[in-house]
Amino acid sequence: MSKSKSKKSTIPDPANPPDNYWKVRQKLEKEGKKLFVQKIFADWCKACSICIAFCPANVFGKSDSGMPVIIDPDACTGCRFCEYHCPDFALSIHERYSDRRKK
Amino acid sequence: MIAGMTELRHKYLRHHKKFPHVWCSGCGNGIILGAFIRAIERLKLKKDDIVLAAGIGCSGRMPTYVDFNTLHTTHGRALTIATGIKLARPSLFVITVMGDGDATAIGGNHFIHAARRNLDLTAIIINNQIYGMTGGQASPTTPYGAQSTTSIFSNIEHAFSIAELAVAAGASFVARGTVYHAAQLDKLIEKAIRNKGFSVVEIMSNCHVQFGRRNKMADPVTMLNWFKDHAVSRDEGTSMPPDSLHDKFTIGILADEDKPNYIEEYSKIRKRAKRN
Repeated sequence: MSKSKSKKSTIPDPANPPDNYWKVRQKLEKEGKKLFVQKIFADWCKACSICIAFCPANVFGKSDSGMPVIIDPDACTGCRFCEYHCPDFALSIHERYSDRRKK
Repeated sequence: MIAGMTELRHKYLRHHKKFPHVWCSGCGNGIILGAFIRAIERLKLKKDDIVLAAGIGCSGRMPTYVDFNTLHTTHGRALTIATGIKLARPSLFVITVMGDGDATAIGGNHFIHAARRNLDLTAIIINNQIYGMTGGQASPTTPYGAQSTTSIFSNIEHAFSIAELAVAAGASFVARGTVYHAAQLDKLIEKAIRNKGFSVVEIMSNCHVQFGRRNKMADPVTMLNWFKDHAVSRDEGTSMPPDSLHDKFTIGILADEDKPNYIEEYSKIRKRAKRN
């Protein structure tokens, strides 16, 4: 999941995550890119696919049942278009902070 | 920091009882409800100071979901009941949510006369261009040439422009927005609630199930893109050639003027009457 790859990424297999994931993430944080965490509340989601169609950074992909899945969380620019346009209140975007505390 | 929607829905919605809501997948009413609670968050109003009254229709379900003082009233009569509440308790912020048929067909007279009196109410009118809940009959805002259950060949009637009707009837704040421009929508609703006088926010919403399916826009994404292409701001509209504007509509604030409102005038009359 490198930065050049971020526009056309495939769903990473949760069983074996890519090896360089943590390195890429640390590099992005050093460069000063703000990272965001996307939360999908699947109980309320009705799979209208507004978030998938309008995301400018292609963060979401479609699962077989039409539900959105997060395929590229680091590409998120935090524009909150999906959060504002989710009719079912099933999405929320928060800023993601580094796991290690800064001194 | 902008509060995320998770915090807002826990704060303002009856999230533990009534959700997920009954509206169709991708319905614009949900986007409008989100914009509405963001506007309330910006205004920092107490939940007990807000009254939300709604008529009948898909939009009439909205009071069920918000944790304010709510009323689900008869068809077209949301404004009449809101008038009664406002006159009895002028300190409350009374907001009505109506659909296009509710506001301009069944409650058409109530709407124009509330605007003429300049009552201190906020009317959010959700215009989805069709009677969605009853099965897709043509409403007063169905565009000319569109198809619906009662106009299967094409609609021969011309549509109301709700915002311009409200301006002509004398509302002191009139704005129009679309569900695509959701970030603008919460600013418009915030300004409408702040305004002392009758404020109308017409919101173009998507009914892809009843309207879109019969007019080659069967999914929410196509309908939101249609709003994106056909909405022009007031400044853009003046610079564009008039021929290209025939199928477009203006969004933003259309009228904003200071007028003495009914509640202030009525309290003055009461004081005068009591002195004699």
